Amino acid sequence: METITAASGTTSLTWLLIALPLAGALILLGTGRVTNKWGHLLGVATIAGSFGVAVALWLNLLSKPSEDRAVRQFLFTWLDLGRFKVDVAFQLDQLSMAFVLLITGVGLLIHIYAVGYMKGDDGRRRFFGYLNLFVAAMLLLVLADSYALLYVGWEGVGLASYLLIGYYQTRDTAGPAAKKAFVVNRVGDIGMSVAIMLMFAAFGTVTFQGVFAAAPGASSAMVNGIGFMLLLAACGKSAQFPLQSWLLDAMEGPTPVSALIHAATMVTAGVYLIARSNPIFDLAPTAQMAVIIVGLITLLAGGIIASAKDDIKKALAGSTMSAIGYMMLAVGLGPTGYVFAIAFLLAHGFFKAGLFLGAGSVMHGMNDQVNMRRFGGLRSVMAITTATFGLGYLAIIGIPPLAGYFTKDLIIESAMARNPIIGGLAVIGAGLTAFYMSRIFFMTFIGKKRWTEDVHPHESPWSMTVPMLVLAVGSVASGYLLMRNNTLEKWLEPVTGFVEPAGSVAPAVMTGISLAAVAVGIVAAILLYLRRDVPQVAPEKVSFLVVAARKDLFGDAFNEAVFMRPGQWLTRSLVWVDNKVIDGAVNGVAASLGGLSARARRIQTGYTRSYSLVMLSGALLVLVLLAIVGR
Amino acid sequence: MNPMNYIYLSAALFSIGAFGVLFRRNAIVVFMCVELMLNAANLAFVTFARINGTLDGQVVAFFVMVVAAAEVVIGLAIIMSIFATRRSASIDEANLLRS
Repeated sequence: METITAASGTTSLTWLLIALPLAGALILLGTGRVTNKWGHLLGVATIAGSFGVAVALWLNLLSKPSEDRAVRQFLFTWLDLGRFKVDVAFQLDQLSMAFVLLITGVGLLIHIYAVGYMKGDDGRRRFFGYLNLFVAAMLLLVLADSYALLYVGWEGVGLASYLLIGYYQTRDTAGPAAKKAFVVNRVGDIGMSVAIMLMFAAFGTVTFQGVFAAAPGASSAMVNGIGFMLLLAACGKSAQFPLQSWLLDAMEGPTPVSALIHAATMVTAGVYLIARSNPIFDLAPTAQMAVIIVGLITLLAGGIIASAKDDIKKALAGSTMSAIGYMMLAVGLGPTGYVFAIAFLLAHGFFKAGLFLGAGSVMHGMNDQVNMRRFGGLRSVMAITTATFGLGYLAIIGIPPLAGYFTKDLIIESAMARNPIIGGLAVIGAGLTAFYMSRIFFMTFIGKKRWTEDVHPHESPWSMTVPMLVLAVGSVASGYLLMRNNTLEKWLEPVTGFVEPAGSVAPAVMTGISLAAVAVGIVAAILLYLRRDVPQVAPEKVSFLVVAARKDLFGDAFNEAVFMRPGQWLTRSLVWVDNKVIDGAVNGVAASLGGLSARARRIQTGYTRSYSLVMLSGALLVLVLLAIVGR
Repeated sequence: MNPMNYIYLSAALFSIGAFGVLFRRNAIVVFMCVELMLNAANLAFVTFARINGTLDGQVVAFFVMVVAAAEVVIGLAIIMSIFATRRSASIDEANLLRS
């Protein structure tokens, strides 16, 4: 375990990383119409400032020896309740630094893009306020030095995603999609809060340092329990099986939001959580196995869903599920996988952001249509988008020497070293990736024009194409730069540890196998979508698998049958009990008392003579009693 | 003369008074019957004082007379004002306090 020094000099600027976008969010959301004119520029400026600070910090860390790079900046004590003490303090180490650079860098490009994309939208200032809030929350999440503070960022990300997915308030579908994301994330958050409680019960502290130092002394049941709860939390945020259902609906948000959620923030949080908690997972093989299984299921399910969607954004969302599945698989592999997971995550940040921005650019030119069956042949009018999207496409399917090749292959390789079944499924996933990405690319940019009559596609403005170009360069180069001379392994090794995967299959053979799978995927897509005409309306007569994939593999139906309907029955029966039994008892007492009083009231006739009679009878009664008793 | 005869007279007067209170409608008559009951009680007090040879009963009789005087003042005033507003002294019609 590396030592952590107190922040000083350049590293004492760490707090600015979060403070800048947070201040931007507060100003933009707090000032109202006054900032409408230049609000978006402020939003971009705060992220740019944050990115500048991140680069400065990075250079500073680079100048130090690799063991001394972790620093902790203490700001103030947040909670001090007996044994439970939480500081607001930031831990900047190699892992958080990698995330900070990704979040601020890709985040900055998406902000710039959004200036052009949201031009003409009345709520642009509000939109940038939410974006800034999103980035601030994500930075807090990756810079926190304790699980409690991480939880604050965790919830902040959930809130910001809710606001952004539901950004188009006038659309009927946006509200439910936002709520769905929020509710599904809450399910995952139960895991997070239970994990924090378990840590406090077992170790008496919730800081990373304290928990990791105490973890080896804990019982294996406790460590596994914490591991499973952290996995549940990660599943919620990273849209992993069985909490994947929100991600596809999250496409209701504006496209820059999708890019931000899928590339730089939000879904990477789960991977970060598990990579950060590596000392716990290394002690909990059962939980690690569960992580691998969840990753495998998701990477295949995401690929199948993406292969059947006609909505370009939903297809890309399925692709994100699949890619995050790869990362989960890799972090589940332990020290052989952490570094590769982060490498793929960083590279994925580039190409997935590029792909989503490309999709946004296509929508921009096609009157916000998303149905790929009505695209086709767009390369003739959108050269830059086609080139950047194409590079992202080649990168994600792992064509050498682009980013995906250097990063995803390593995951498959170390999966194969762990177990041939795991490795085999990962290879199938690679083939699926190649198939659905080729399908998206062919249906959108190549082939015959199947446009609706009223569209006039055109290339997007510079503010949109420049970020796409930068991301395309990243998609091409990031993999090589990260993995050249084991750069990333050396960088992350002090935090996550690294063990070279020792597989029985030689790396070169492994590369050959996965490239063969990719080739099969591409050829299948060529035969289905280039050689044949793509029907403009989705065919009805399709195999069961396609039907299932179009319905998100019945994820919603499952949730509805297993959770929603029983939940509704439960609430309905509780309402019935409340109305009939509890209210019945309360109202019954009141009604019977009322009835009795109405009867008692009749005694009061208002006739003086009847009162006199009662008085006289009473007096006589008393006399008679006295006569009897007095004897 | 046997003092018990006074007690019998007192009981008879009281019964007549009580009967009048219960069965007459005119407030003035009811009022007079109440006075009759009070005086019957006074007669009983004085008789018991005579029988027992003490003054307690006579003292109580004076108190009762004072109370009766005060009651007449207030009661007649109430009856007067009821009659002034309703043109009737029937106690059965004076039932406004009910509901």
